[in-house]
Amino acid sequence: MLSDVDLSRLRWRCRRGFLENDLVLERLLSARGNQFTDDEHTQLKTLLELDDNALWDIIAGRTNEFPADTSPMVQTLRDTLTKH
Amino acid sequence: MAQTIHKYDAVVVGAGGAGMRCSLQLAKAGLRVAVLSKVFPTRSHTVAAQGGIGASLGNMDEDNWHYHFYDTVKGSDWLGDQDAIEFMCREAPKVVYELEHMGMPFDRNPDGTIYQRPFGGHSAKYGEKPVPRACAAADRTGHAMLHTLYQNNVRNKTQFFVEWMALDLIRDSEGDVVGVTALEMETGEVAIFHAKCVLLATGGAGRIFAASTNAFINTGDGLGMAARAGIPLEDMEFWQFHPTGVHNAGVLLTEGCRGEGAILRNKNGERFMERYAPKLKDLAPRDFVSRCMDQEIKEGRGCGPNGDYIALDLTHLGGETIMKRLPSVHEIGKNFANVDVIKEPIPVVPTIHYQMGGVPTNIHGQVVVPKNGTPNSIINGLYAIGEASCVSVHGANRLGTNSLLDLLVFGRAAGNHLIDTALASKTHKPLPQNAADYSLSRIDVLDKSSGGEYPQDVANDLRKTMQTHAGVFRTQASMDEGVSKVLAIDERAKHLSLKDKSKIFNTARIEALEVANLMEAAKATMVSAAARKESRGAHTVDDYGDTPEHPLGRNDVEWMKHTLWYSEGNRLDYKPVNLKPLTVESIPPVKRTF
Ligand SMILES: Cc1cc2nc3c(=O)[nH]c(=O)nc-3n(C[C@H](O)[C@H](O)[C@H](O)COP(=O)(O)OP(=O)(O)OC[C@H]3O[C@@H](n4cnc5c(N)ncnc54)[C@H](O)[C@@H]3O)c2cc1C
Repeated sequence: MLSDVDLSRLRWRCRRGFLENDLVLERLLSARGNQFTDDEHTQLKTLLELDDNALWDIIAGRTNEFPADTSPMVQTLRDTLTKH
Repeated sequence: MAQTIHKYDAVVVGAGGAGMRCSLQLAKAGLRVAVLSKVFPTRSHTVAAQGGIGASLGNMDEDNWHYHFYDTVKGSDWLGDQDAIEFMCREAPKVVYELEHMGMPFDRNPDGTIYQRPFGGHSAKYGEKPVPRACAAADRTGHAMLHTLYQNNVRNKTQFFVEWMALDLIRDSEGDVVGVTALEMETGEVAIFHAKCVLLATGGAGRIFAASTNAFINTGDGLGMAARAGIPLEDMEFWQFHPTGVHNAGVLLTEGCRGEGAILRNKNGERFMERYAPKLKDLAPRDFVSRCMDQEIKEGRGCGPNGDYIALDLTHLGGETIMKRLPSVHEIGKNFANVDVIKEPIPVVPTIHYQMGGVPTNIHGQVVVPKNGTPNSIINGLYAIGEASCVSVHGANRLGTNSLLDLLVFGRAAGNHLIDTALASKTHKPLPQNAADYSLSRIDVLDKSSGGEYPQDVANDLRKTMQTHAGVFRTQASMDEGVSKVLAIDERAKHLSLKDKSKIFNTARIEALEVANLMEAAKATMVSAAARKESRGAHTVDDYGDTPEHPLGRNDVEWMKHTLWYSEGNRLDYKPVNLKPLTVESIPPVKRTF
């Protein structure tokens, strides 16, 4: 479970440059609230460091090259995108 | 506690295309420049721009700046200022080549010149035929532009303050702007940026509407800051609807689709734009295409079980072209509409996209307001550029690709103006006493309040109200009703409560501060719209239809003027449109047909 500050910081960094990413990340946050494991949190933070197009390319499945050890979160994001 | 004071020659609020083009100019001249941004610079909304930057390079077909000038004046439905439009269209090739030299990876022709694609409203020979004028980097033009600008800024030692939210302008007793207050998200502290000049480059307020192509970050903060500081907002009734927002999602399909040959069809499969715009067809300007789509839907020719959308057909372009030139359109179809655009048309509706109005400026980016009988009196120390500003090159309707151009031309021009007026040798004007008090008191009210509504609930009601009363389909009665509803929401917004009152990275507080800005942008939009008793460009009102006296409802005698909305007293003023270009003949108003 995330602390309030961590969740707040995460929410802000889910504010992205374009709507596609905003929508997917909003779906994720409203589905999960603060219920992220430490691993998931670390993975999501790593992915959010990417620029918007790189992130979108990964979420949309355009590329399978993503930062090491983030594949569970990549799958979660891809599921969030397609299963809505 | 005394506030930390940061001292710079120039403080740019906003790290999108406009802010970073300006800061680069200033930093290259050796000035001390701070750029504040709510998010990491390359995550600014400019990154969303797909289609391109308009410039009459003439690489693919005969073109010149005067054709571009004519298209922009006509596109603006004669609300654009012709001096500013001439300036922008003449400067366009220069700013594009400069960007190329900075390393922008434009698409190329086989001969090495920049590839250009056609775009809605851009024509050769004064409306005769579409012309390829958009310079693009695949469908990631904004991304390439932001990265190019960011890298050049870093190289030139621009100082970035990331995850800092600017709150309020600081004006001295003479009304000059001498700085800005800002909240550092990580610490929750408010600091003062003391500057010889402040530039607002905060982008648009597209999130005042429920259905929007804009990212969540577009909350119109610069508009709120200006409005609270007594500065009027210009032409806020004019909002562009993009014809091709994905039905039920808002996500934009670039106009580049239609540039590459995609076709809008009604439920009968008819290419209906041939009827409305025999010459430009699907490539007519956005407001015109949006209205035609609305008309098709209203007259029962919309697609789908509810007849509430239009089909955008790319199937004839072939998979190879789609994947090469419009790959993101393919992705969006799959993920937000459940459609493979190579095989079937995608449902689209006109969706809020771009704010034509903003903080009033002249062609140097200086903020101008009416004073002592002069409509454009300068506010010392304050500039506005990009979507936050109204210079006004887009008038009542912007042509696609002219916004990125606007950012580059006026971002650079504002920088040059500051350099030419010897900013470096000027001294800082003193800060007024207690310069941060106003911002601190706004935060204090939030921290102390209890029992009020949460910011997001009020913001959602505002968005729904704006969508209903200031959307693509406007009637006088509905706009009048919208004014009272928005003013009622404004009252609620004065009593927000925070779930979380902690200091460090408190997003609830940030969102509440954003709601205050959304409110100013929404009030300006609704009040200005209800007051304008005509149809012009994007402001199309059912009550003011096509008559011989007022073609397409446009009433040049009474309404060819810019609206100025003041927050204080919720009052309106007007100023004339500048019909006089810098060097050429004026383009006289005619009925817009395509
Ligand atoms: C999907 C989409 C596609 C588009 N495609 C095109 C196109 O192809 N061609 C074209 O010409 N136009 C296009 N546009 C329009 C164009 O992208 C925008 O008008 C333009 O990018 C706005 O740039 P800007 O620099 O004014 O603001 P933005 O890029 O929005 O940047 C605003 C900056 O201000 C900062 N900021 C805001 N408030 C604060 C605050 N309170 N404190 C500190 N910082 C703050 C933000 O962090 C950000 O850095 C498109 C728009 C959309 C939505």
